[in-house]
Amino acid sequence: MEWEAVIGLEVHTQLATKSKIFSGAATAYGAEPNRQACAIDLGLPGVLPVLNAEAVRMAVMLGLAIDATVARRSVFARKNYFYPDLPKGYQISQYELPVVARGHLDILVDGVAKRIGITRAHLEEDAGKSLHEDFQGLSGIDLNRAGTPLLEIVSEPDLRSAQEAVAYLKKLHQLVVWLGICDGNMQEGSFRCDANVSVRPKGQEQFGTRAEIKNVNSFRFVERAIEYEIERQIELIEGGGRVVQETRLYDPDRDETRSMRGKEEANDYRYFPDPDLLPLVIEDSFIEQLRASLPELPQAAFARFVRDYGLPDYDAATLTAERATAGYYEALVAATGGEARLCAKLCANWVMGDLAAALNRAGLPIGESPVPAEALAGLLGRVLDGTLSGKLAKEVFGAMWAGEGTADAIIAARGLVQLTDSSAIDTLIDDILAASPKQGEQYRAGQDKLFGFFVGQVMKASKGKANPQQVNERLLARLKG
Amino acid sequence: MSMGPEQVAATAQLARLALRAEDVPAVAGKLSAILDLVEQMNAVDTAGIVPMAHPLELSQRLRADAVTESDRRADFQAIAPQTADGLYLVPRVLE
Repeated sequence: MEWEAVIGLEVHTQLATKSKIFSGAATAYGAEPNRQACAIDLGLPGVLPVLNAEAVRMAVMLGLAIDATVARRSVFARKNYFYPDLPKGYQISQYELPVVARGHLDILVDGVAKRIGITRAHLEEDAGKSLHEDFQGLSGIDLNRAGTPLLEIVSEPDLRSAQEAVAYLKKLHQLVVWLGICDGNMQEGSFRCDANVSVRPKGQEQFGTRAEIKNVNSFRFVERAIEYEIERQIELIEGGGRVVQETRLYDPDRDETRSMRGKEEANDYRYFPDPDLLPLVIEDSFIEQLRASLPELPQAAFARFVRDYGLPDYDAATLTAERATAGYYEALVAATGGEARLCAKLCANWVMGDLAAALNRAGLPIGESPVPAEALAGLLGRVLDGTLSGKLAKEVFGAMWAGEGTADAIIAARGLVQLTDSSAIDTLIDDILAASPKQGEQYRAGQDKLFGFFVGQVMKASKGKANPQQVNERLLARLKG
Repeated sequence: MSMGPEQVAATAQLARLALRAEDVPAVAGKLSAILDLVEQMNAVDTAGIVPMAHPLELSQRLRADAVTESDRRADFQAIAPQTADGLYLVPRVLE
């Protein structure tokens, strides 16, 4: 039988606020345990939550970016369950009336575009962390994370494969980082994903029973966990078994999902409106103000890069993967100038090539590049005007990276100007030809590949400074003549 | 609508209340009475009425995103039953 997988994702994004969603404690990652957990985060008696305006703004930004409805009135609810890292015995969340509803995100898998529905996005507080290492038979609780603002983004069950799920997840990750509402750090748990997976015979309308895979913290693991789970369910059903609705954990070491049996009884969270919080009212004027401040979105930037810069899809996608990269690229193109298409492609090659490699080696984000866009433009201008060959340009870039000054200063200091004087190149060629009579004979006898030998010799004699294109042209003329 | 002893026990478990077996019938009776009231209210036609989330006719005040709390871990941990390495210790939750 042919099976079809049905997948929906719930993504918890930690919002990049300075303080917590309901308290003035810091949210910075990596502090010593419980140094950022105040009376409100601890759920001490007599405290009251007060909502963080920035968390609301960020939720609305996402809503606008996914073309969703932003609720003019939404309500906070208590989700009740007992776990030691949840001191109040309930999590403040949104239930019946979330702040954002009915949006979508477009993904591209194997060249096929698909629109994935987003059911809702709601604001809630994160829980603390339980450390189960041995503390004299006890568990240790760190509540620094408790109260960190989360936006839980729930997709429709529109995804049909692990590949689609990952494409959606990457798209969403790109978007929240682009909007500046989440730092996107998956290792630190800033962007976490639960996957609801079920299978059904292809063509059947009704959904199968789903299992929920919890907290998978990398794109690769999401893909593998879903693939494993689809296989498991199909084998189970074909072997005469039935899928049980349950929560499963993915174990990357064994590449399998395992039931979390016994951890939970029925999910009965007994939601009710939180009497400590009044309804969240968002005015139209606030939404319109945010709509006006919304940056160009990655999708639109991609289309514009292809259209306006004449870049191939691959280049445009790479350059718009992050907002900082796109910004750097545009600043570079603007500062470099010259013939538009030539300049656009040269700049793209450098940002994706030498610059990306150097940043990678140094472990730096593009925003902290020791060679800013304006400086790199100084170098690329010298490539476009023929002063530097590609090889010399790499040398100059290395020197710029090491802080030796501007491109022009380095060119002058090292005497790196490209040799473009035809008669000087001819002299070099004549010397090489005179020194290699045997190769000359062989070439004329039909060994065409020796052409490369001559080019190499001439370039070497010029210490890499001769303009390669001119060397090619003049050498060809000489050898034929 | 009445609640049986099993539902009472399940609800007590969800709320982490240690209910003595001999108290279950009495509690079941009281809870059933509450549910009866809810049922009465359910009979009222509420079409077109916006559900009330809060008795006050006000909306949520927002605070600016600023860190205003300082580290008071020592004070809070002084009143905690057990701590170690800056962590609050609780009975083991896994295994």
